Amino acid sequence: MQKITKEMLIDKATELLNNGTVSLVLGWKKGEYDYDVTPGVFESVEELKKDFVFGDFSAANLSKYLVKKTEKLEGKILVFLKPCDTYSFNQLLTEHRFDREKVYAVGVQCDGMVDIEKVKKIAGDGILSVDCNGEDIVVKTLYNDDMTIAKADVLAERCANCKSKKHVAYDELLGESGEVIDSNRFDEVEKLEKMTADERFAFWQNELSKCIRCNACRDACPACTCEKCVFNNPNSGVENKSPANSFEEKLFHIIRAYHVAGRCTDCGECSRVCPQNIPLHLLNRKFIKDINEFYGEYQAGAEVGSRAPLVDYTLNDLEPGEVFDRGDENA
Amino acid sequence: MNNTVDTLIPQVGVITDVRIDTPDIKTFRVVTPDGKKAFDHKPGQCAMLSIPGVGEAMFSITSSPTNTEYMEFSIKKCGCVTEWLHQAEVGQQITIRGPYGKPFPVDDAFAGQNMLFIAGGVGLAPLRSVINYCRHYRDRYGSIDIVYGSRSKDDLLDYQEIIDEWSKDAGVNVHLTIDREQEGWDGHVGFVPNYVKELGFDTNKTAVLCGPPIMIKFTLEGLIDLGFNKEQIYTTLELRMKCGVGKCGRCNVGAKYVCKDGPVFRCDELGELPDEY
Amino acid sequence: MRKIVLEKIDLLFEAISNTMSLYLPVDQNDGKAAYTKWEEGKKWSEALNTVKSPKDFFFPQTEDMMEFKVEGKNIEVIDTRKASEDFVVFGVRACDVKAFDILDKVFLVDPCDSYYATKREHGIIVAVACNKPSETCFCSAFGIDAADPKADVSAWKTENELYLQANTEKGEKLLKALENVTEEATEEKVTEQKEQIAKIMKKLPLADLDTSKFGGGKTDEFFNSPEWEELSESCLGCGTCTFVCPTCQCYDIKDFNTGNGVIRYRCWDSCMYSDFTRMAHGNNRNSQKERFRQRFMHKLVYYPENNEGIFGCVGCGRCVSRCPISMNIVKVMKNLGGKENE
Repeated sequence: MQKITKEMLIDKATELLNNGTVSLVLGWKKGEYDYDVTPGVFESVEELKKDFVFGDFSAANLSKYLVKKTEKLEGKILVFLKPCDTYSFNQLLTEHRFDREKVYAVGVQCDGMVDIEKVKKIAGDGILSVDCNGEDIVVKTLYNDDMTIAKADVLAERCANCKSKKHVAYDELLGESGEVIDSNRFDEVEKLEKMTADERFAFWQNELSKCIRCNACRDACPACTCEKCVFNNPNSGVENKSPANSFEEKLFHIIRAYHVAGRCTDCGECSRVCPQNIPLHLLNRKFIKDINEFYGEYQAGAEVGSRAPLVDYTLNDLEPGEVFDRGDENA
Repeated sequence: MNNTVDTLIPQVGVITDVRIDTPDIKTFRVVTPDGKKAFDHKPGQCAMLSIPGVGEAMFSITSSPTNTEYMEFSIKKCGCVTEWLHQAEVGQQITIRGPYGKPFPVDDAFAGQNMLFIAGGVGLAPLRSVINYCRHYRDRYGSIDIVYGSRSKDDLLDYQEIIDEWSKDAGVNVHLTIDREQEGWDGHVGFVPNYVKELGFDTNKTAVLCGPPIMIKFTLEGLIDLGFNKEQIYTTLELRMKCGVGKCGRCNVGAKYVCKDGPVFRCDELGELPDEY
Repeated sequence: MRKIVLEKIDLLFEAISNTMSLYLPVDQNDGKAAYTKWEEGKKWSEALNTVKSPKDFFFPQTEDMMEFKVEGKNIEVIDTRKASEDFVVFGVRACDVKAFDILDKVFLVDPCDSYYATKREHGIIVAVACNKPSETCFCSAFGIDAADPKADVSAWKTENELYLQANTEKGEKLLKALENVTEEATEEKVTEQKEQIAKIMKKLPLADLDTSKFGGGKTDEFFNSPEWEELSESCLGCGTCTFVCPTCQCYDIKDFNTGNGVIRYRCWDSCMYSDFTRMAHGNNRNSQKERFRQRFMHKLVYYPENNEGIFGCVGCGRCVSRCPISMNIVKVMKNLGGKENE
């Protein structure tokens, strides 16, 4: 498999800017270090040459930015999408969140993103450089000798359990598009299901009590694009914060998980951005797993306009009583 | 616990009178449960009123400090706290804390000056306090001109007080205006900024402005055209507040907090702040 | 100066815990450190710092302030403030200690915030020098010495020992009570340690971060800078930077109807939130650019203007490592007002 370099993306963007196909480019900007990449908009070839970056830290899913960036846009914006980002892209289109005509989507081959926290766990703090070169990563730090780490050992959780290397939407591809993967992504959910109700409650109580209610999960989530979120409505009584009796633990994330159920593509942004490392994706995966089991395999965002099982009635649908009984067994 | 006072803990106030001023403004009289004034204040200062469970909001104290018996608040219905207050009856208890903010410099910069008060709509509420203060200590000030305008005759705040008291005072000139012609109105018609220009005031005055942002903007320009300096013009600002004492962090304009460094600002000071109000 | 062998550090923790609550950074199941109440078996984390800052001890994420009993038209205000008891926060880094000073200048100035004050009065801070600062650290830019943190007690961790030096009356009292588990010590090892840290500080990637162009009175210079647009373009408007920040102190006051009265509580709020300044009739910061600008102008210009030039940032690096889109005060400082810093 060929390695995709940032130069290939810059060349593609330059070509599309120069031939007038697009007027803006949505991509990733380099940071202070090798790993702190910021999503950004580029207006010119000069800007691309200066700041554009693509690599193992281009983790941010850019699809949600299309909602805002296409609002007043004349012409088209180029967006680079990794395979899992294309699912969010389709889901947003299904929900009519942006105008497909205003977007030129370039699918980018993805070899998995690296989690810098995992790198730090192995190489230690004081990272001076991280050189990602295919299968290996060379890390220079202030305190230890240079270290070579296998990329497989420091993949982000969502990449280690990648659900698909297939691009489900694009106008053009850079590199190869792979296949849907029979992944292990539900293993952790199964572990939770096997717990007793008390154990499971304790697990989530412990995890969710860490929440600082920064709303990063919601604000990064491509399924959370409501113009006015219920948690921003002063009349809801649950706006932003609630008193010390643990609303955050018990309700916020669960309400959110319900709201994105059937629409969540399992892109994993919620867990990636959580400053408290709460495994929020497990809530969503539980819903996905249940939906698969109750109503047949369904992947949100796999195609534009698909009817999600929760909003679509078929004669074969599971009876609510059966769902209830199963819940009872697990209690 | 400790006996320390915390300004964030309010006292109880009782609404002892509700006056309907306009279709969307009511004036509430507030005292403590034992019938006293809750605290002393200076003209231009504000108080936090709240209804537990509904919310807390900052209001300018409309009554003059020279009134030692009670405080009054003229409140326009526009959010959840004000809507609730508009349904309140006499005898209803609320909570009150304050006073907050820097007052008008009534005893220094204003002393001995000819005063020109210009208000639009509910903007008269904070000015009523200082107007009545100046009327009370009449000999400390020169001439007093009051330009006040509203959408219609029915939207003029304190109309009875203006007609019965202010306009009868010696050396007080009241100039009322409404936005559009209306049956039963033989006074001036037109927007406040234009009226100010028409009246063509002499610049030997200290001007105090309060009203909607658009009125303030154009009136300020009008006064400058008439030859006023920004140092002669005062206004008050209103931004979202929670604590009232410069700690909760939301009402700042640049490095100034409206709750404690304002709400009264001299226009030259305001000009130095970033345009974010 | 006192010292204790690291092998026996639990004896020190136990001795403190016998008389008051002791909080210190302990590794959680995700491998990240968080301040935790010490009890037997809890190990002092090796991590450089906690994800959440220790501001929580004095300015908690949510805090009940008072209660109201409402009956018909009548209201009763109930002062529910509780007396604080002495407690120790152990293992605080120099940046976070300085952050307490910054919070003090907000909460303790007249009118003093009694909720904060009582906790501050009863909290005893044991600060520990940073042997291995991270690449995200830039405390030295704000004049903070990571090798010499100044709190009630300053501590240095050498290979085998922990050295303790009291700086305040509270600190002396604490060390006096710990005389049984500590022994008298000389400063040599500490001096050595300080020199070593100083050498590392110079090698940090952000060692040369320049603050000189910022400060009070610079509003006009930076408020309308064209760079705000680009810097804020991908900001999600979440509150992560604010909530992990040890100096961010904005709060909201809200009421909660329990069905049996009303609790008025305060909670952290963020100037990054769209409803932070929204009023019934408008919002003076309507765009994310304006809200983003507010946060950084506050730390770099407004706060110093109101506080003798002291910046509202301590360079702890939490926002650098935690922002979901990796935008932070370092990038703002480097890019704002031209690129001369590059």
